[in-house]
Amino acid sequence: MKIALDLKSWNTRGLIFVGVVMLALLFAGPEVFDLFVLLKVILFVSTAMLALSMGFIWGFGGILCFGQSAFFGIGGYAYAIGVINMGESTVPILLSVLVPAAFAMLLGYFMFYGRLSDIYLAVVTLAVTLIFYAFIRSTSGEEYVIGNARLMGFNGISSIPVFNWPGFPNSPLWPDDIFYVATTLLILVYFGLRILLRSHFGRVVVAIKENETRAEYLGYDVRFYKMIAFSIGAGIAGLAGCLFVSFNNFINPDVFALGLAAQIIMWVLIGGVGTLVGPMLGSLALQMLYNWLGTQTFASFLNTYLVFGAIILIFVLAVPQGLQPTARLLALRFLPFTRPPEEKARGGGDD
Amino acid sequence: MDTVALLIIEVLNGISSLALTCAGLAIIFGMMRVINFAHGEFMMLGGYTTVVATNAGVNIWISMLILSPLVVGIIGIISERLLIRFFYGRLVDTLIATWGLSLLLIGIVTAIFGNYITGVSAPLGNFALGQYQLSIYRLVLIGLAVLLFVGIYFVFTRTRLGLIARGTMQNPDQAAVLGISPPRVYMITFGIGAALTGLAGGLLAPISQIIPTVGFTYVAQAFITVITGGTGAITGTIVASGIFGTVRQLVTYETTPIIGGVVLLIVAVVLLRLLPQGITGKIFRRSL
Amino acid sequence: MTDARPILETKGLTMRFGGVVAVDNVDFSLAEGELRCLIGPNGAGKTTFFRCLTHQYKPTSGKVIYRGDEITGSHTHQIARRGIGIKTQVPSVFDGLDVRENIWLSARRNHKDREANRVVDEILERIGLTHLAHQLVGQLAHGERQGVELGIVLTGDPELILLDEPTAGMTHEEVHRTTEMIREINRTASLIVVEHDMQFIKAIANKVTVFNQGAILVEDTMENVLKNQQVRDVYLGKREVA
Repeated sequence: MKIALDLKSWNTRGLIFVGVVMLALLFAGPEVFDLFVLLKVILFVSTAMLALSMGFIWGFGGILCFGQSAFFGIGGYAYAIGVINMGESTVPILLSVLVPAAFAMLLGYFMFYGRLSDIYLAVVTLAVTLIFYAFIRSTSGEEYVIGNARLMGFNGISSIPVFNWPGFPNSPLWPDDIFYVATTLLILVYFGLRILLRSHFGRVVVAIKENETRAEYLGYDVRFYKMIAFSIGAGIAGLAGCLFVSFNNFINPDVFALGLAAQIIMWVLIGGVGTLVGPMLGSLALQMLYNWLGTQTFASFLNTYLVFGAIILIFVLAVPQGLQPTARLLALRFLPFTRPPEEKARGGGDD
Repeated sequence: MDTVALLIIEVLNGISSLALTCAGLAIIFGMMRVINFAHGEFMMLGGYTTVVATNAGVNIWISMLILSPLVVGIIGIISERLLIRFFYGRLVDTLIATWGLSLLLIGIVTAIFGNYITGVSAPLGNFALGQYQLSIYRLVLIGLAVLLFVGIYFVFTRTRLGLIARGTMQNPDQAAVLGISPPRVYMITFGIGAALTGLAGGLLAPISQIIPTVGFTYVAQAFITVITGGTGAITGTIVASGIFGTVRQLVTYETTPIIGGVVLLIVAVVLLRLLPQGITGKIFRRSL
Repeated sequence: MTDARPILETKGLTMRFGGVVAVDNVDFSLAEGELRCLIGPNGAGKTTFFRCLTHQYKPTSGKVIYRGDEITGSHTHQIARRGIGIKTQVPSVFDGLDVRENIWLSARRNHKDREANRVVDEILERIGLTHLAHQLVGQLAHGERQGVELGIVLTGDPELILLDEPTAGMTHEEVHRTTEMIREINRTASLIVVEHDMQFIKAIANKVTVFNQGAILVEDTMENVLKNQQVRDVYLGKREVA
């Protein structure tokens, strides 16, 4: 459908607002933040991208994947193994997107063409993640080598080279540059998803989430659309994993552990299913909460699982819509200037 | 010859422990269609109950056969009342809510007992099979699994309670018209499922290591088995346990437990691709 | 018109659920351009038969043939692409999208972007929902949602349309409008309609097929069917006929 650039509509305003904030972060970042904070921000950008991938496949594709962290991990390991072997980062970055996307395509073929139910999908993706965890942990032996890269089992791979300028393996990026690259990628992925969702493909994906049977009656092969959407989500998660590894110079099998798998779902749940900004903010909020709890002595009896479990239960019982849609409803109600002139009766968030 | 006998016992062990893992879920998910992602944690709690009670001097059989199901059954009923009943009929919400419950239970147990491996030793000692030493308890476990499923089958086909429960699952409105209270039936059935899960956790405690996160090694295989079983939850679970238990045990014997798990998953996904309705989907509604 | 070659046929179509035979060895034939109503008491197998045609159920045995090609094993989306439009009993629409987007999804499958927008405007006009174009479908009244679904089906330019109880839950006024619309649709497409409302059937159909116990009991004009003693026994005795 032709989209008129209607500056008055809520959706367009929201998009412009998000764009301005992101660009402000991009340009001001290295000026305002000292190195320590900047590194933290790079980490946040990486997790925000992971949150975005989950927000897309769950909120818009209706695919509740419990193993999004598997693609994050596969992307990270693909980059690590690639860059150690090639001594150059351009191709490994591409690999970090393509390898998880291809794996998701294969897994998706069996899950969607086999018409597995939501529950089975959740179980299979979780099981795949935990199997990766167990398998990579068991690869400490010297026989587990891919080219020059030893997998190192539960110790993880360390001293992984950071990004270099394409074509110049000997000029690595400085933290400032990595910040620019990561933030630019996040902006590209966010607006890329927005454009995708307005395309024919994206609209069909949303339509399938709305009513799978009707989409089939219209002649759309829902299995194919779901498989591709799932694969796109996996590619984005893989890119997030690549950023994470490059910033850390390190990866270990904990990326496949339960903790991260749980967190990704919480980011989306907290931020709001059916939005893209929500999950990114959700990931930021949760990590800040988590860091803060770590510094509080009264919280010493708390552990990750306890906190995560409690947060999930609170949200699923009390704020099932998530924070972003709830905040938006409140804003529309109490802040008159946020109301678009012609209030269009629309559900879920689009910005 | 001894090797063959050993392998047969190993396979039967694999089948029976998988079937035990699935028993409670076959009722809660297979019959009630409630997705309990905290299934593994119910098993973990059953395991901890047996370990704590046994270490406190209670007879291990009493711990396993009475205390574990009792404690977990009560926890199950509390969870049903406080959380799960709000989500009946909403599959995805139940999935997330029980996933939250599962993390919370891990968190509570970690806060109380710490993130350490515990366990109890198996009772009854060993016997010799040629050059191999085998635990008698593992043989007893095979018998107990058979007894348990015979019992479940009997309860749900031959008793008043079982008929009421099945009737309510199939048509709650009609049951309500007949003067049965569906919420009560759901609560009791969920409690029974949880108790069976606790029993399984207790019975498997002596042959496994218990840590707060142990549940996650159970939950995936339990769901995969029950779903593959199909609409006839009990029969299907037995058949699927038979297939998966055999495959996993044989592969594990040849390679490692991790590869055994991978092969189980692959077989399950391929099987579901071929039989989307599950194993008993073909024998629609005729088996339980 | 009715002696034209068949657009849709079934041969020995059978659907069993466990021991229950819901559709029993049905040979059915619909001529090009025909409008046929399926009637029968509850549980007669109409809906199951209907779902076998759309491959929501996979028939136990027998064939479904569309324009000479067997489509029995095809997926629902493949059947739809051959030009068969489907309207279900409960309106199956995209509740979370607005009316325009609903129709657009159907238009965009067959047309390029610009052409699709033109088709959408045309259809909105035709079903009389232009003024509701930007309303969420989930917020519309039942009759309007029926209208949206009909619009979605028409947008696909189907050659055969399967309608399952199109007037269910409609007001008298809406039934009247639907009758008009079905007559109009029938100028360009063949139709199979599953219905209960006898007034409505009388108004639209020449020929009806009566189902009983999974099989075809009678196939004749509405007039003769109403006179038929067998039909009265199994069906009309239980139901008020105006």
